Amino acid sequence: MFTVLLAIAILVLLSLIFGAILGYANVRFHVEGDPIVDQIDALLPQTQCGQCGHPGCRPYAEAIANGEAINHCPPGGQATIQALADLLDVEAVPLDGDHGAESAKRVAVIREDECIGCTKCIQACPVDAILGAAKQMHTVIADECTGCDLCVEPCPVDCIDMVEVGVTAKTWSWDKPQGIAATSLNIIATDRQAEVAH
Amino acid sequence: MSAVNMQTANVFSFHGGIHPPENKAQSLQLPLGRPSLPSELILPLGQHIGQSSRPLVKVGDKVLKGETIAINNGFLSSFLHAPTSGTIAAIEERLIAHPSGLSDLCIILIPDGNETWTKLEPLSNWQDISKTDVLAYLSEMGIIGMGGAGFPTQVKLQGAHKNPLTHFIVNAAECEPYITADDMLIREKTLELVLGIEILQHLVEADNVVIGIEDNKPTAIAALKSLLTKRNSKIQLAVVPTKYPSGGEKQLIQLLTGKEVPSGQYPADIGILCQNVGTCVAVHDAITLGKPLISRFTTLTGDALKNPQNVEVLLGTPVAHLLDYADSEQKKLSRLIMGGPMMGYTLDSAAVPIVKTSNCILAASKKELPPPAPEQACIRCGMCEQACPASLLPQQLLWFSKSQEFEKAEHHNLFDCIECGACSYVCPSSIPLVQYYRHSKSSIREAREANVKSDLAKQRFEARKARQDAEAAEKEAKRLARQKATSSKATDAKKAAPAKAAPTATAAPASNDESKKLKVDIAIGKSKLKKLQKQLLEAQENEHVEEINSLQLQVTDQEKAIASLEEQLAQVPSAAPVAPVENTAKASPAPVSDELKKAKVDVALIGVKLKKLQKQLSETPDDQELKDKISAFETDLKAAQDTVSKLSENTQPSANTAAAEPKAVISDELKKLKIDAAIAKAAVKKVEKALKKAEEIQAPEIESIRQQLQEAQQRADELEKALANPETTAPKVAAAKAEPTAANLDADAAKKRKIDLAIAKAGVKKAEKNIQLLKEQGKDEAEINASEWPSKLKEAQDKLAALEKEQAAETTKSPATTEASAPSTPVATENVDADAAKKRKIDLAIAKAGIKKAEKNIQLLKEQGKDESEIEASEWPKKLIEAQQKLAALEAEESTSATSVSTPVEKTAAADSEAKVEPEMDLTTQIKKEKIAVALAKAQINKLNKRLENSPEDADSINQEIAATEQRLQSAETLLEKLIHSQTNMQENR
Repeated sequence: MFTVLLAIAILVLLSLIFGAILGYANVRFHVEGDPIVDQIDALLPQTQCGQCGHPGCRPYAEAIANGEAINHCPPGGQATIQALADLLDVEAVPLDGDHGAESAKRVAVIREDECIGCTKCIQACPVDAILGAAKQMHTVIADECTGCDLCVEPCPVDCIDMVEVGVTAKTWSWDKPQGIAATSLNIIATDRQAEVAH
Repeated sequence: MSAVNMQTANVFSFHGGIHPPENKAQSLQLPLGRPSLPSELILPLGQHIGQSSRPLVKVGDKVLKGETIAINNGFLSSFLHAPTSGTIAAIEERLIAHPSGLSDLCIILIPDGNETWTKLEPLSNWQDISKTDVLAYLSEMGIIGMGGAGFPTQVKLQGAHKNPLTHFIVNAAECEPYITADDMLIREKTLELVLGIEILQHLVEADNVVIGIEDNKPTAIAALKSLLTKRNSKIQLAVVPTKYPSGGEKQLIQLLTGKEVPSGQYPADIGILCQNVGTCVAVHDAITLGKPLISRFTTLTGDALKNPQNVEVLLGTPVAHLLDYADSEQKKLSRLIMGGPMMGYTLDSAAVPIVKTSNCILAASKKELPPPAPEQACIRCGMCEQACPASLLPQQLLWFSKSQEFEKAEHHNLFDCIECGACSYVCPSSIPLVQYYRHSKSSIREAREANVKSDLAKQRFEARKARQDAEAAEKEAKRLARQKATSSKATDAKKAAPAKAAPTATAAPASNDESKKLKVDIAIGKSKLKKLQKQLLEAQENEHVEEINSLQLQVTDQEKAIASLEEQLAQVPSAAPVAPVENTAKASPAPVSDELKKAKVDVALIGVKLKKLQKQLSETPDDQELKDKISAFETDLKAAQDTVSKLSENTQPSANTAAAEPKAVISDELKKLKIDAAIAKAAVKKVEKALKKAEEIQAPEIESIRQQLQEAQQRADELEKALANPETTAPKVAAAKAEPTAANLDADAAKKRKIDLAIAKAGVKKAEKNIQLLKEQGKDEAEINASEWPSKLKEAQDKLAALEKEQAAETTKSPATTEASAPSTPVATENVDADAAKKRKIDLAIAKAGIKKAEKNIQLLKEQGKDESEIEASEWPKKLIEAQQKLAALEAEESTSATSVSTPVEKTAAADSEAKVEPEMDLTTQIKKEKIAVALAKAQINKLNKRLENSPEDADSINQEIAATEQRLQSAETLLEKLIHSQTNMQENR
């Protein structure tokens, strides 16, 4: 009987000690903010386009952390959905068509001789990628443009085009091989057949 | 000593490697060839790793052999030189030697055949000057690593300065089958190579200099040995056994030093520098001969060539030219490969040029290089692991690459893969392993770049948000400060009032105090009113009906109170003679504008409501209640807008009576009107959207929405008319006021008109888009005609035309006014002229945009597979012709206006001999304009000619147009001549 009581007493004592340690750690190592939001935000493409219905990527990250669907981001596309699904351990669903379709990377280009200098696009740009002043011609800094489309709508003279960014020799990347039972010519030229031939 | 050293140079070993058939004998049977000059040289600007060079030459420039034609563009970039003397024919996109088969910017040089060298300036004192200067000189000579990657040599040498070098390794291994370019280079240029190595050794000061060479090059080894012995050189010669890929930088380092380059580091980090033999020779040529890198040794080999051999070839020579030189047999040629059979890539076209890194052209027959067998499943045999020279796990990497698990692939050191192809070579399942790795690598790189970009975007977004918040906070602080100031003043006034009133007891200060008090009361009342309005707004947003009613009552009460207070205030100064009159003048328009504000707030509120309801309607189109509500709100909106317009009318007369600054008031008025117009237009847009939605879901109430749309449009039209009216009155007032402002006002009016034009244009565009949409939706012409869009399009076009006419009329008017005011203010005339010219140019631009659009649409139709007759039937060709006519008319107008402006200018020049400078300037601007007109006409002729080439079926009409344009060109040219003549005359007179 005594041993049983002693065991219980020891366990209670231990639990109290560990509880105290945990309680202290909770206060001492408290993390401000919600780290999951930061992680989600890091996966989003940061175009700040608002196509998800939120004013920017971070608000959408917060919404996802609060349970919104992960398939509302057309610029991120399926890759972002997959990454979010991996992070949140949920099922990867196809992109929600209501928020737009995934498109190739684009940048805004202002037809500069038609620009009347109204600054409306400058105000609309979420990343300050449009340069100009009132009654002065505006132009887009192509390197900073996220291709979010937000400047197109406010333009009163429709002088902004969304131009697809073409592939150049510098940005080109190798295709994935077709897989089993396919042949590809654009690869290492020598193979065993060549050895046989000689 | 050297001979002994050479023999005993330690040779280690590296993991893996393969022994493919060497196939090196074929290209060594013939001596070094020197192909003739090709008809053109294609010089890509991106022959090296890093940023493309910037061209220094223009099209048409004559260059000498060795002249710099492109300059480096950043740290990791290089110079480019003309390989021979000739003319720059073009700087354009051409196919380049790249696995993607894409084009890149190239300088095209047509040789003149003289091979005239530019003045060569060898760096004879390289031993005396600082090493940095020598490196800079090497950079200017365009020297890059010629082994394969094309890493700028001076960057590599700079990197080598970071750590003391234990080994300077010269890579002469050349392990890849078929390639013998380095072998031939060593045989032909043994001395140059050794001298080059000595220069580099002077620059890097390594403890050991070792030439690594495979034992399958006995002739080259013998040549090197004898020369090194003769020169009693300290350079060691290490003969390594033949094994692929011993020529890889890291593998050769391991072979010669036994050290492994750590993952993610460079050889320089462990005190080793590696240079290709070709680079060493190029360094020698640059420093002792002053010759930039303009040619290289390249192997031409393969069964499809009758005369396989090595050639010293000028950079930029097209591969096709070399194939001809080596007598290629087109029948036998099945694959053209740039580089070796292991690491090279297939060329789609023989038009690509030789660049600084092209070491081999392999023209293989089908028997020689049969197409790879189909890929089969991995059987986990592990042969790839045995072959991998980088000691990686190719199998694991394959799994990760296939399943896109790039993170895991990176963990398994994917980036240490040198893409040598040994694994693919040994794979019994013919899996193109290297291609998988290449794909994974580029995907990871892309993801990294995207990450960098998204980080940047995030940073910029957050910076913008912070800025906006700061601005808002600042505004709020200012507002609070102002409020505080007013309230403190009020209390001061209250305190001061009795004190002042008692001792003086005169009528004037008393009334003054009274007016102050009243004002304070009014201010307080207004702030209360504002609060109430805010509450009201919130209530309306939340749709609390009872609250709204009570709040509205309160608001009206408060308004009444304020009005009565204001009345009192107005009476006070009339009683008090001391009170300044300006007070009343300033105060009286204020209540009206306040009321106006209120009315506008109402309009906005109703608009918001309406929007919400319309949204709901679009979701539930059959809800009768909602429709009723909408119509009720619309009547409300109309009423509110009426009050707004009435109020704004009221403000106008009061402003006129006040007459202190009529211009400002008018512009205010215009602003208001414009805002109204914008609101109305927004309403139109909304209704249109609703209509579209309704059409999409085939809702029955389309008709009613259409009616709404028409009403809204009418409203918008009316407002625009109203907008146009004050514009007409504006000049009158301005004319009555002061002459100098006339020009400004004109300019303002012109701007407004411009904006109207732009908006009308946008309307036309929208209508066209909608029609396009309908067409895309597969509706046929009849249906489209039945919809209101075509008619709307016409309307919009009419409006646009009307506006344009108006503007044209205005522009013709403006010269008249300028003439009137010319004698007094010549400078102003110039300004106005310039404005008119600008307007005209804008018209021109608009017309041109119209033509472009029409052409685009026609193109679109053609692409959609519609045949000519269908396109003819559509309205686009007609519209195109119309637009072109308009453009021509506008251009004619421009030229005539130019003449009409020029004549008065000449007159004034004759009359006003004192003010000579201005007319002359006018003349020069005139001449400029005329020149522009001539250029435009020429450009148009060019365009028309191009079109003629493209569409010979419209030859007649286009020819007519060309004739017309030519006439215009002639007239413009004669005018230009006249102008120039008169200018020279004037100068002579002076």
